[in-house]
Amino acid sequence: MWRRALLLLLWLAFASVQGLYFHIGETEKRCFIEEIPDETMVIGNYRTQLWDKQTETFLPSTPGLGMHVEVKDPEGKVVLSRQYGSEGRFTFTSHTPGDHQICLHSNSTRMTIFAGGKLRVHLDIQVGEHTNNYPEIAAKDKLTELQLRARQLLDQVEQIQKEQNYQRYREERFRMTSESTNQRVLWWSIAQTVILILTGIWQMRHLKSFFEAKKLV
Amino acid sequence: MPRPGSAWAAALLLLALSLGPGSCSEITFELPDNAKQCFYEDITQGTKCTLEFQVITGGHYDVDCRLEDPDGVVLYKEMKKQYDSFTFTAIRNGTYKFCFSNEFSTFTHKTVYFDFQVGEDPPLFPSENRVSALTQMESACVSIHEALKSVIDYQTHFRLREAQGRSRAEDLNTRVAYWSVGEAIILLVVSIGQVFLLKSFFSDKRTTTTRVGS
Repeated sequence: MWRRALLLLLWLAFASVQGLYFHIGETEKRCFIEEIPDETMVIGNYRTQLWDKQTETFLPSTPGLGMHVEVKDPEGKVVLSRQYGSEGRFTFTSHTPGDHQICLHSNSTRMTIFAGGKLRVHLDIQVGEHTNNYPEIAAKDKLTELQLRARQLLDQVEQIQKEQNYQRYREERFRMTSESTNQRVLWWSIAQTVILILTGIWQMRHLKSFFEAKKLV
Repeated sequence: MPRPGSAWAAALLLLALSLGPGSCSEITFELPDNAKQCFYEDITQGTKCTLEFQVITGGHYDVDCRLEDPDGVVLYKEMKKQYDSFTFTAIRNGTYKFCFSNEFSTFTHKTVYFDFQVGEDPPLFPSENRVSALTQMESACVSIHEALKSVIDYQTHFRLREAQGRSRAEDLNTRVAYWSVGEAIILLVVSIGQVFLLKSFFSDKRTTTTRVGS
């Protein structure tokens, strides 16, 4: 009984790791977008729980149920497409800056599993310097407390630098779009005025020759 | 019969779990038209939480947002908002729910960003008990860390605003292209059509006058 209580507490400790969750249907696909600069690491942790109709609660774990994770880069190319179990962790590093799309859907084909129709997915996505596990780094490189803090600050500054570079690239794209709109508005205004004048002249000449032929003018 | 020492250890562990490290979830997702998406989080009493959201692309860049506590009491409700930030302290333990709704829109799907911060960030050294005071270097590091965190936060807001502006600019660009071509075609069709219609009026009148004459 005592051991069971301790196991329950340990399970609670694990369960409270992933905070935010949402519900997903059987064939539903949920996509999340991460706009990141290049060479940035993204780590996603998820955990699924299935609704049990008999006990009207969510089961703690679901053996046999898997989630398919698909990550696409800004050009639409698939970076990661893998099937994980009911609990999983996926990692990828971006090679081009931009909107990366992370899509999750369950691989369930057995209707009986989804008798209740609801699947609870706990999701946690960490980007950039949040992916670093500092106690682990301290142990591996044998850093003192001050060195570890300095390392954390360096990582943060590096992330800020990458984001600023990406900002410059995005601003250039924005400027090009605005200039293209400006050019288009200018040329199409001129073209439309020319078309208007030409059709006006054509109309008058055509009608004049028509009325002259009909001996009305 | 459990020993009193291990009972205390269990109580401490439970206490640590309840006052556990906070979490920060930053998620950007797509909200289809006529859809509502909800997110849930279990929060302990007394935790200070902040929900911030912004609509990045789509339509009039607005969304309905609703935050409820475990009893179903609505803590925050706003309709058609582009951007907002809401801070609250959890009054009771339980599952808090917040939903984003695009049900008022018929054909535009929206991209929504939200940042849900629960409690404080976990400390760098979770295993040690921070009872001893920090040295000057360490407190300098801590204040630099906090300043950099706010820099990153501002950068995120700037990136979202820029994405919104860029999305509008690209919409404008395609709209200008389509409307210009469309207007030119309509102009040509209408002017040529006018001439032929006018000609057809005069053709009918001519046959009538000929009949009258004879």
